[in-house]
Amino acid sequence: MCLAVPAKIISVEDGVAEVDLNGTTYKASLMLTPEAKAGDYVLLHTGYAIQVIDEKDALETLSIFKQMEML
Amino acid sequence: MDKTKILLAHGSGGRLTHDLITKHLVQSLSNPLLNKLDDAAVFESKGKTAFTTDSYVVNPIFFPGGNIGKLAVCGTVNDLSVMGAIPKYLSLAFIIEEGLDISALEEIIKSIAAAAKEAGVEIVTGDTKVVNTGKADKIFINTAGVGFIPEGLDISGANARPDDAVIVSGTMGDHGIAIMAQREGLNFKTAVESDCAPLNGLITDMLKVCPRIHVMRDPTRGGLATTLNEIAGQSQVGIELNEESIPVKPAVGGACEALGLDPLYVANEGKIIAIMPEKDAPAVLSAMKAHPYGKDSAIIGRVISPNPGRVSIRTPLGALRILDMQSGELLPRIC
Amino acid sequence: MNFIEEFRSSQSGRTLLEYINKRSTKPARFMEFCGGHTVAIFRYGIRQLLPPHIEMLSGPGCPVCVTSTADLDKVIALSRLPGVIICSFGDLLRVPSSRQSLLEVRAEGADVRIVYSTMDALEIARQNPLKKVIFVGIGFETTAPTIAASVIQARNQGLANYYVMSIHKITPPVMRAILDAGETRLSGIICPGHVSSITGSNAWEFIPEEYHLACAVSGFESLDILYCVKSLVDQVEDATPRLDVSYSRAVKPEGNTAALKIMDEVFDICPANWRGIGILPQSGLCLRPEFAAFDAEKNFEIKLSEPSRETPGCLCGEIIKGTRTPLECKLFSKVCTPENPVGPCMVSSEGTCAAYYHYGGKLG
Repeated sequence: MCLAVPAKIISVEDGVAEVDLNGTTYKASLMLTPEAKAGDYVLLHTGYAIQVIDEKDALETLSIFKQMEML
Repeated sequence: MDKTKILLAHGSGGRLTHDLITKHLVQSLSNPLLNKLDDAAVFESKGKTAFTTDSYVVNPIFFPGGNIGKLAVCGTVNDLSVMGAIPKYLSLAFIIEEGLDISALEEIIKSIAAAAKEAGVEIVTGDTKVVNTGKADKIFINTAGVGFIPEGLDISGANARPDDAVIVSGTMGDHGIAIMAQREGLNFKTAVESDCAPLNGLITDMLKVCPRIHVMRDPTRGGLATTLNEIAGQSQVGIELNEESIPVKPAVGGACEALGLDPLYVANEGKIIAIMPEKDAPAVLSAMKAHPYGKDSAIIGRVISPNPGRVSIRTPLGALRILDMQSGELLPRIC
Repeated sequence: MNFIEEFRSSQSGRTLLEYINKRSTKPARFMEFCGGHTVAIFRYGIRQLLPPHIEMLSGPGCPVCVTSTADLDKVIALSRLPGVIICSFGDLLRVPSSRQSLLEVRAEGADVRIVYSTMDALEIARQNPLKKVIFVGIGFETTAPTIAASVIQARNQGLANYYVMSIHKITPPVMRAILDAGETRLSGIICPGHVSSITGSNAWEFIPEEYHLACAVSGFESLDILYCVKSLVDQVEDATPRLDVSYSRAVKPEGNTAALKIMDEVFDICPANWRGIGILPQSGLCLRPEFAAFDAEKNFEIKLSEPSRETPGCLCGEIIKGTRTPLECKLFSKVCTPENPVGPCMVSSEGTCAAYYHYGGKLG
C-alpha cells in the first residue's frame, strides 16, 4: 500500500541489485527477496525489493482482459 | 593566497574585483556596452519594451544539460520572449559564497556566454558580490532583461478565449527530474537531461506564422498544471486537457512513478505553453515541430467556458477530473 | 513489458467498466482500505465512471494518517535531545503535533533529515559516529520489513549509534476493529496490494469467512483496480463473498516468507495507538528484547512537557474509519488545506483529505 513500483534487475552484487525503470536506475537491497536474480522484475519500495513479480501470472491476467474484450 | 578559490577580496571593489571582471567576465561576454564598464549601460529604446528579472538559486549548480549560468540566461530570455518581446540586453549579478572554485565560476561564465550568443542577447551590465562561507549556497545569480515588442502583438495570460487550442512545445518534467537525480539521498541515476534552452528562436517562428497568439508562458516551478491554472484564473476561462496527448519521456515517467511525483507538476526550463485561436493551431504546430526545440510539440487541450479559473483533464479511461494547482512542497513521496 | 503500461490500457479499462456498469444492480459500498488506492481511483477518474449506486469509501490504510498525536509528540521530544539526528520519510514532517510539526522543530535548529530509505539512515549513522541517529519507523507490513532489515544490518555492522522509534502497525487488526464497530455498513473491501505482497492474501481470509463480505486484493494500476471492482460486483450480485486475488502477479497466498521471517526476528507484536480509534491490542510492532540496543524507546528519555491534544474539529480519526468523509468536515478546505494542514489526512500524499482536496473539485 505504500508506494512500490515494478523495476527490472539489471545486475546483482553482494545482495544489492541495480534495477531499471524505463531508463532510470536505482539501487535496491535484496535482503527481503534473496532469491531474486538479474532479469527478474521486482517491486521496489524505499530502496528494497519487496517481492518478485510473477511474469507468467501477469501475462495470464492480461489475457483475461483481452478475452473480455472479445465478448 | 589560494589562487584557485574566490575570496572575500574578490567582492570588495579593489584590484581582485577588477581583475575578476576584466579577465573573466568582460573577456567572455565582450560587447560594446559592457566593455565601457560604466555604472550603467545606456541604449536607445522605442516602442513597447518588456522588462523582467529572476534570481537563480538552483541546487546543485551543475546538472546534466546545463548549470546555473545557462539557466539564468535562458530563464530571462524566455520570460521576455513569451511576452512577444525580442530579447536584447541582460544584466548579470552574482552573489558568490567565499571559497567557490574559480574554475567552477569560469565554467558558469562560459555557459552564460554560450547561451547569450545562441539567444542573440548581450550582457551589458552586472555586479559581483562575495559573502562569507555559509551565507550563500555556492553562487546565486540574478538576471534582469530588456526586450522590444514588435507592433501588433498582444500576448498576455488574460487573453485566453473559449475554443482556443492549447499547445506545449515538448516533453514535460525533464528539468525537475534531472535536478532531483543529482540531489543526495534519492539514489537514482537517469539519462534525463535538463531541457534548459533559450526559446526566442522558436517563438519568433511561431509568431511569424500566427501573430495572433493569445497566451504564451513557460511552465517552470509548479509545472504544466500550475501554470495552466494561473492562466485559467487570469483569463477567467476553463481549460480542458487530454491526458494521453501530453508528451512525457518514458524515463521521466518512470522516475516520477518511483518518487511518487506527477510529471505535470514538475518544473521545465526549455518548454512553452501557447494558446491561440483554434484555426491557427495546425500551422503553429507545424512551425514548432520544425524547430529543434519544438520537435515533440503537441496539441494537448482546449479553452472552454464552463468552470472558469479551473483546469480539468480527461483521463485515459475517459473520465473528466480536476487538475488542481500544485499544493504544498514537491517533496518526493516516499510512504 | 514493464508491468505498468500494460495494466493501464484504456481499451481494457473501458471493457471492464462496461461489464461493471451492466452487471451491477444492487447498491454497494466498498471500502478502499489503502490510501494509495484512494489516490489512484481519483487520478484515473474511476469514481465518476462507476454506476451511481456504488459508493467508494476511504479506509485507514495511510500510516501517517493513523499515527497518533501522542506518538508524534514523542518523536518531537526525541528531536530536541542534544546530539540526535532524526531520519524520517518525507510525509511525516509536515504533520502538526500537539504544538508543532517536525518541520517547525527543524526550523528551530533540530537535525531532522528526510530519507527515502533506511539504507540512507544507516549511511548517515556511519558518517556521524558521534551522533545518535534515530529512524522514525512508520508504515505497515510493506515497510516494516525494510526497517527490520536495517536493524539486522546495523547489528551485523556493529553500528552503535543507530536506533529505531517504532510506530509500525499491522493491518488485519484495524480492519477487524472497523468491521466489529459496525459504524458503517460495507458490502466489500478492496484489500491493500503491497501490504498483501508481504503478508500474503491468506491474511484477509477472515473477511469473507467471518464477516461474509466481498473481498479482493488489488494492485494500483487502473486495470488492477477495475478488475478488483469487477470481482467485488460479481461477488455482491451472486451473493458469494470470497477472497479474490486480482493482484496475483505480486501477491501469493503465503506472501513473502523471507520478509515475514526478518520481520518476526526483529519485531514482536504489541498494542498500538491508532488515531481516531485508540489503543488496539496486538496491532503494533515493537523491537524484541534482543534488539533493545536499537530501540529508541529504551535508550532515550522521552519527556512530554504536556498532555497530547488534537485540534478540535479535525475529523481525521473518523475519516480513516470510513464513518465520515472530508466533505463533512467543517475545517476541510476552509481552514485545513495542504499549505496549512490541521491533521495528517491533509498532509500525507495518501491522505483522504489531501486526495479529496486535490482531485475532488466539482466540475459543472
